[in-house]
Amino acid sequence: MIKHLLSITQLAPEDVTRVLDTADSFREVGTRVIKKVPALRGRTVVNLFYENSTRTRISFELAAKRLSADVINFSTSGSSVSKGESLKDTALTLEAMGADAIVMRHSSSGACHTLTKWVKASVLNAGDGTHEHPTQALLDLYTIRERYGRLEGLRAAIVGDILHSRVARSLTLGLVKMGAEVTLVGPPTLIPPEAPQWGVDVSYELDGVIPKLDVCYMLRVQRERQRQQYFPSVREYSRIYGLSRERVAQLPEGALIMHPGPMNRGVEIASEVADLPQSVITEQVTNGIAIRMSLLYLILGGGAGEVSDVA
Amino acid sequence: MPKGMPEPSTVLFRGIRVVDPATGRDGPGDVLVEDGVVASVGEAGTASAPRRGEVIEGDGLVLAPGLVDLHAHLREPGREDKETVESGSRAAALGGYTAVAAMANTDPVADNAAVIQEVMALAEKAALCEVHPVGAITRGLEGETLAEIGEMASLGVRMFSDDGKGVQSARVLRLALEYAKAFDVVIAEHCEDESLTEGAQMHEGYHSATLGLRGWPSEAEELMLARDVFLARRTGGRLHVCHLSAAGSVDLVRRAKEEGLRVSAEVTPHHLTFTDDDLSSYDTYFKVNPPMRSADDREALRAGLADGTIDAVATDHAPHADEEKEQEFDLSPPGTIGLETALAAVLTELVEPGRLSLLRAVEAMSTAPAGVLGLRDHGGPVEAGRPANLVVFDPAAEWTAGPRFASKSKNSAFTGRALRGRVLHTLLAGELTVRDGAATR
Repeated sequence: MIKHLLSITQLAPEDVTRVLDTADSFREVGTRVIKKVPALRGRTVVNLFYENSTRTRISFELAAKRLSADVINFSTSGSSVSKGESLKDTALTLEAMGADAIVMRHSSSGACHTLTKWVKASVLNAGDGTHEHPTQALLDLYTIRERYGRLEGLRAAIVGDILHSRVARSLTLGLVKMGAEVTLVGPPTLIPPEAPQWGVDVSYELDGVIPKLDVCYMLRVQRERQRQQYFPSVREYSRIYGLSRERVAQLPEGALIMHPGPMNRGVEIASEVADLPQSVITEQVTNGIAIRMSLLYLILGGGAGEVSDVA
Repeated sequence: MPKGMPEPSTVLFRGIRVVDPATGRDGPGDVLVEDGVVASVGEAGTASAPRRGEVIEGDGLVLAPGLVDLHAHLREPGREDKETVESGSRAAALGGYTAVAAMANTDPVADNAAVIQEVMALAEKAALCEVHPVGAITRGLEGETLAEIGEMASLGVRMFSDDGKGVQSARVLRLALEYAKAFDVVIAEHCEDESLTEGAQMHEGYHSATLGLRGWPSEAEELMLARDVFLARRTGGRLHVCHLSAAGSVDLVRRAKEEGLRVSAEVTPHHLTFTDDDLSSYDTYFKVNPPMRSADDREALRAGLADGTIDAVATDHAPHADEEKEQEFDLSPPGTIGLETALAAVLTELVEPGRLSLLRAVEAMSTAPAGVLGLRDHGGPVEAGRPANLVVFDPAAEWTAGPRFASKSKNSAFTGRALRGRVLHTLLAGELTVRDGAATR
């Protein structure tokens, strides 16, 4: 297995399958009364979050704890970072304290790559700037595979701010890697002109895409983008690219509705749509823990051994 | 000559390959340097050893006019932790340079006579190569009001630039081009339309999209360059374009020259060598402004240099402290050092593969930039009676760049790269500032 997880591009299709299969065997742990296995006893995992993220941080924390690792949460507010400590010095400090893995969320694209230059610990990217969020992509792939039993040949649309979305980047590359057909949908100002080079189709119109989908993945739209003039108004965005009840009616039977959270109900997704049975948004959250257990185990633990033995 | 300087050396370079673009000469010869000047240039093997001084056998070596850099950031005054006029001059001499233009974006900005005189005094004290301060076009590089170009010109400043920033207002640049005509000085423009590059980190293209870094589109350079060419036509002023990076810019300069406008241009060794593909590991040493662009752009730059559309190779030597470069990519300042690797980069990337003759390479690194700056003592010709500003290099020597440099900073995009061609000796007014690849002081 790889030493660091910085980008989904590092994983070959068989690696992705292995991460998902391993997550399968870990998911059962979460249903037990005592939700814990001893796989990473004595190992130290540091959650280093330069941006607030309740959901991802808690998911990683639970994953590490269920594997019996010691977990330290290092949030940057009120810490040495708020006193001006550089990323390098923070990294060297954590290294000196014996961290085995550092899970980092950072507002700068590439910060996790940079971190690997200074630490011997494994680095797991929990979202870096507008680059990637590979664990989110893996949990999304897991959730889709669970419903369809496969990824190959599925037709997925990822809808919204592709340009600034780390979720979109990782998921797009992950889906294409696993043989799915991906269409990126959004206003032209929010889709990089070079996107087709990722092996995807691009559409500026959601309605024509919807009837052919197995997966409709909605991205969070930040209101800041409207201030930056990427689209004229939230209202117009919502009308053209929001997943309304009417659009859901055009989806094929059984197609999945997904969202990485946190949602802007009423903007990119209608509130009632988020709560429909084909919406798997809370399943994504549950699966996130199993995927992160799988990754921590494969990267830190005996990735060579049979996972089921340990679990 | 400043006090305390050693006497000029007497040296005979015997049987050396003389590459002298000013005369078109490329062939073996004997070159005697005495009393600070080239005493004689003769057929190889005809000169007898001088009574005093020494003889350097030229077997396999090249002698050329000393290199001239149109674009270096020597950081003094203000950021002496990154570079000083002395350390930058030493790096320049080691790179084969005998004259360097020092950019104005110091702290305080070189937008007045006092700072210009300070830099000149520091250069004279260091005496490792000539340093010609560039004056700012506008006060404080703010792009709003013209700096005292006339007063700085009276001190000998030949080039004015707000480099680091483009002059955003077309009106201000028009006035600068017009006003500069009174002193026959050059306006050197960093072409970047800032409304298209806010927060930009790298060339806008496939790699910026994939790496999630905000793009710096080629159009931001091309738009301002096109505007500036129109203004050069309107005003008849002399425009020099700094660090071309985009294919479209090469076309714009080519058309401007065909039209007979007074436009010159430079390209850096790093834009001739690297592409945006080199940024995939977020290595901040590759973060430069303008950014490394696509392979097609690099190809256009190489072709433009070969056909003379681009006049000169200039380093854009930009030293930065370790703690600035060892940061998150978007926090790191742009820039790479280049004085110590420029000649080798051009020899390795362009001359060795046959894209550029050695004569054209020396022209682009010495004769042409000396012409842009109006430096009569540099750039050749290598003839009897001329000041002995010379470089001697071994075009076949192989070495690896870095990680340590004579520059106070080590942020070189070339670090770890195998290069071919090494400077052995540099002569400034007949004195060896570099001997056997080491600075003499």
